[in-house]
Amino acid sequence: MDVSAPATSQTLPPQRSGGSPGDVVELSGVRFSWSGALPFVIDIGSLRVARGERVFLRGPSGSGKSTLLSLLAGVITPSEGTLRVLERDIGALGSAARDRFRADHIGFIFQMFNLIPYLSVVENVCLPCGFSLRRRTHAAGGGGTVQAEAVRLLEHLDMGEADVLRRPVTELSVGQQQRVAAARALIGAPELVIADEPTSSLDADRRSAFLDLLFRECARERAALVFVSHDASLAPLFDRAIAFAEINRALPRSSAANAS
Amino acid sequence: MIFALAVKSLRNRKFTAGLTVLSIALAVMLLLGVERIRSESRESFASTISGTDLVVGARSSPVHLLLYAVFHIGNATNNLRWDSYRAIAARPEVGWTIPLSLGDSHRGYRVLGTTPDYLEHLRFGRDRRLVLAQGKPFADERDAVLGADVAEALGYKLGDSIVIAHGAGDVSFSLHADHPFQVIGVLSRTGTPVDRTVHVTLEGMDAVHADHDGDEHDPLAEAKRAKVEAPRHDADTAGGRHENEEHAGRDSQRAITAFLIGLKSRGAALSMQRLVNEYSGEPLTAILPGATLLEVWEIVGAAEKTLFAVSALVVVVGLAGMLVALLTSLSERRREMAVLRSVGARPMHVFALILGEAAFLTLLGIALGVAALYLGLLAGRQWLESRLGLFIVVGWPSAYEFGLMILVGTAGVLIGLIPAYRIYRYSLADGMTIRI
Repeated sequence: MDVSAPATSQTLPPQRSGGSPGDVVELSGVRFSWSGALPFVIDIGSLRVARGERVFLRGPSGSGKSTLLSLLAGVITPSEGTLRVLERDIGALGSAARDRFRADHIGFIFQMFNLIPYLSVVENVCLPCGFSLRRRTHAAGGGGTVQAEAVRLLEHLDMGEADVLRRPVTELSVGQQQRVAAARALIGAPELVIADEPTSSLDADRRSAFLDLLFRECARERAALVFVSHDASLAPLFDRAIAFAEINRALPRSSAANAS
Repeated sequence: MIFALAVKSLRNRKFTAGLTVLSIALAVMLLLGVERIRSESRESFASTISGTDLVVGARSSPVHLLLYAVFHIGNATNNLRWDSYRAIAARPEVGWTIPLSLGDSHRGYRVLGTTPDYLEHLRFGRDRRLVLAQGKPFADERDAVLGADVAEALGYKLGDSIVIAHGAGDVSFSLHADHPFQVIGVLSRTGTPVDRTVHVTLEGMDAVHADHDGDEHDPLAEAKRAKVEAPRHDADTAGGRHENEEHAGRDSQRAITAFLIGLKSRGAALSMQRLVNEYSGEPLTAILPGATLLEVWEIVGAAEKTLFAVSALVVVVGLAGMLVALLTSLSERRREMAVLRSVGARPMHVFALILGEAAFLTLLGIALGVAALYLGLLAGRQWLESRLGLFIVVGWPSAYEFGLMILVGTAGVLIGLIPAYRIYRYSLADGMTIRI
């Protein structure tokens, strides 16, 4: 992973000019403002995430982290600059194509309230396959079914017990809900997993266990992981860490309050 | 996929969804119920005189004549002479006639003097003829054939003796006790005024009034005679009319209230109507019952429209309830929509999800409303028939009723566009980050 802005105290590799074929994410001179006019809330010179890489993105509330995640997911497009995900120029895609691209290639884990309350555990995990043929095909690969793959993933996340699978998602603990959300993000092997403060509501033990499981599954599928949090203590667990406030050159900060 | 999500989402909110469906179902049931009763009451009225081409009575308004002669609502203001009836009945265009002599009652039920042609030619419903459930047709002047409701309500059986009373009220102080009738037959139920009528022969009616004429000590009759000096056919009260009847005497002097005509050819109805209206013997009115019924519907149309408007408003209230339920759920569901967006749902999917919920609620409401209406009609059919004389046919919904259902369904979907559009806008603005 490369950034053009000054990095944090975490060890970062030297900057490279231009992306490599293995890059999952590549930002170049990306700027974004909500109204299409100044001030920008995102202004990043360069940022790259390689396949299989685990990146920790740290920053306080209001620094524009969530806006960056929306850009990576193709919900919004850059006002300026180039954003490539899996070598596709996201800004050049139409709205429908971006939605399809997200469904096919990106898994998302939220901070909390991750699950659809009226769906079962397995239905929640299978949800992305309802919107993506690629992930459906991938999940059901080898003659299996999407549901079987969902159960397999849940078992890997220590959620495979029959009584847990049958339980309404609203009756699961927060830790269990986060693991179900992780399984949903991983089903169908997306190349990029984005996690938006997924451990902020977990205690230390559960947080550590959740991260172990997430890393293991991402490594198995060689998925790039962009993990956003304001908890600096997690940084050592990742391949690399970035202080978001330092790569985002957008100023003044007060105008970026809307961004997160 | 989206529809399945919509259904599961609603199942998750079963209480509010159930209340919404219930209100729509009740509204649809009311709307279709009002329409069904309206159309069936018209059908029921029309079926009371199926097969009759003309109704003839003394000169009066057509609606009045139809109401008192056929539906036994109100009273005649005048009678017509027997020889007028005979003259018209003898016309070559006439296939059959049924003379009707009204004016007496038995414990609140009308007594009708007529001839055996009544049982032979009168049709109701879809060309159904009168059928005797028990006994035999009247023939003798002391015979009486009861309508189904009369027999059931008063508990009469064959062989019972009944006494008819002067006038049409529930209570009468002048009984023709010296000329009792014997129940010799009971008609099957028809769902028409026939069920609430006591049928006797014209001769029986004449005999009653002949006997009554001989009653020199009836103070009421004497008082009336002293009071009414005008020619009898000018009397304009039930009592006066009845005096006409009771003094009509034997065949040659007999007066009847009205008569029904069945023509050999329906094409002759208008010319026959004109002929009767221009009859030189006495002023008469002939009506085409179907055309006059239309006049009746015009009179009651305003009330029907009001009732329909009220039930349509109830539908609007039901759908507005759905709108409120969906709108109030939107704020709390923005995160749910963000999750859906994160897994690849497009804003249009989110739009379709809410619209699908509105459509599902409306369709379920309509289906339950129709089911409840049919159950209600099946359960209450007997009551409507016996109490209100409404003969309800529980068949497939009419094209008009289907049209109403489609209208309600369309309105439900259109109303669903409002919350769907709002969540669509939220979804575009929120993306995967709820920015409230």
